[in-house]
Amino acid sequence: MYEGALQSLVDELGRLPGVGPKSAQRIAFHLVAGEDADARRLAATIVRVRETVTTCTRCFSVAEQPLCRVCRDERRDHGLICVVEEARDVFAIERTRDFAGAYHVLGGALSPLDGVGPDELRVAELEARVAEGGVHEVILAMNTNGAGEATAAFLSRRLAGTGPRVTRLASGLPAGGDLDYADEVTLSRAFAGRREA
Amino acid sequence: MSRSYRDRGVVLRTQRLGEADRIVTLLLEGRGLTRTAAKGARRPGSRIGARLEPFAVVDVELHRGRTFEVVRQVETVEANAALRADDRLWAAASVLAEVVLHVAVEGERDHGLQRLLRAGLAALATAPAEPDVFVDAFLLRAASAVGFPVRTGSCARCDAPGPHAHLSVVGGGTLCGDCAGEGTQRVGAGVVAAVRTLADDGAWQALPGLAREAGPDRVRAGSYARAYAEHHLDRRLRSYDAVERPGPGSPEVRE
Repeated sequence: MYEGALQSLVDELGRLPGVGPKSAQRIAFHLVAGEDADARRLAATIVRVRETVTTCTRCFSVAEQPLCRVCRDERRDHGLICVVEEARDVFAIERTRDFAGAYHVLGGALSPLDGVGPDELRVAELEARVAEGGVHEVILAMNTNGAGEATAAFLSRRLAGTGPRVTRLASGLPAGGDLDYADEVTLSRAFAGRREA
Repeated sequence: MSRSYRDRGVVLRTQRLGEADRIVTLLLEGRGLTRTAAKGARRPGSRIGARLEPFAVVDVELHRGRTFEVVRQVETVEANAALRADDRLWAAASVLAEVVLHVAVEGERDHGLQRLLRAGLAALATAPAEPDVFVDAFLLRAASAVGFPVRTGSCARCDAPGPHAHLSVVGGGTLCGDCAGEGTQRVGAGVVAAVRTLADDGAWQALPGLAREAGPDRVRAGSYARAYAEHHLDRRLRSYDAVERPGPGSPEVRE
């Protein structure tokens, strides 16, 4: 539709997740109409991210050094490992400022339909971390959907008897919600996970 | 004409869509295979997300959209939550879903397949000790539901009354001595009986007994069921490899 570089930019932006043709066009025109320095800074940042951001060799979260910021932090409890599906889950938990342990990024969840089994996830690496010793608790913080539940069940079995306590995140009613708006699955879990008042 | 309608069906698969939505593929009673968009289903507070999990039986109100039907409301008929709480059952149920995703047709109702899927999931949801035998049974029963019944009472080629001792994947069941070609494997009566039990539509309650008692015959019948389904449905079932099987048994029947 457009000429040369502009069309290439629209095409490239349109390949990004969540960016449709209309949005790609809008972003492209924003960049064309904006300051030259802004566009150059964005381009340089993308290049720098590609060149410097890698995977932490211990927890497989994103890092700019062999170990990520969390794994380098000696004030954190490295015997407490929170297992998550994706690296972005690390940042969701970090935003709470309530967790001072370490992480392990599995790289997904069990999905037989997609050919994702234990060998496609970083399960062996988790088991190796536990086998090294010093781990007193593994928290399974998978998504609360079917794949996440099945993955947590699998990890519970695999880690049973290896030493550390294995726990799951509580699941139930969302904060700020009315009880009568809750679906029955969530409500059932809330009942199952009730605690002393 | 209203663009909204209600139907009942089974959630076969969910996939991420955009920021917080999901594509939910359902086998509906009235419309067969249907791809829907569940807006906001991945948000923790979503009223529909928890109900639209794989293998749940749901009543849905759908709105006709341009690319997908859009989910308006969901009510749980049968949550089948046990199938998500155990990775072994999750893997087994995934095979059922993979088969149905392959053979079901968009827009075409199929009562036989719907009934079979719901019965298979309900049987698995009782958390049997050996879910693999239910998977093997489903494979033969699904093949039958779409026109490839396995024959064990007579020769699948010439109708000569049985029992016969040659078991053939390509031939469609047992073959008599005259019809069995070179390379067709002779099997014991126990294997043929195990195949018959697996294929016997409706007898889900007999399967735990088969798992307990048939031993190597059941393992061999299971490998036959997989080969039979993959050949006649013309698809390699990749979720099948995720199902835990009993230890090494008799050699496979692949011919």
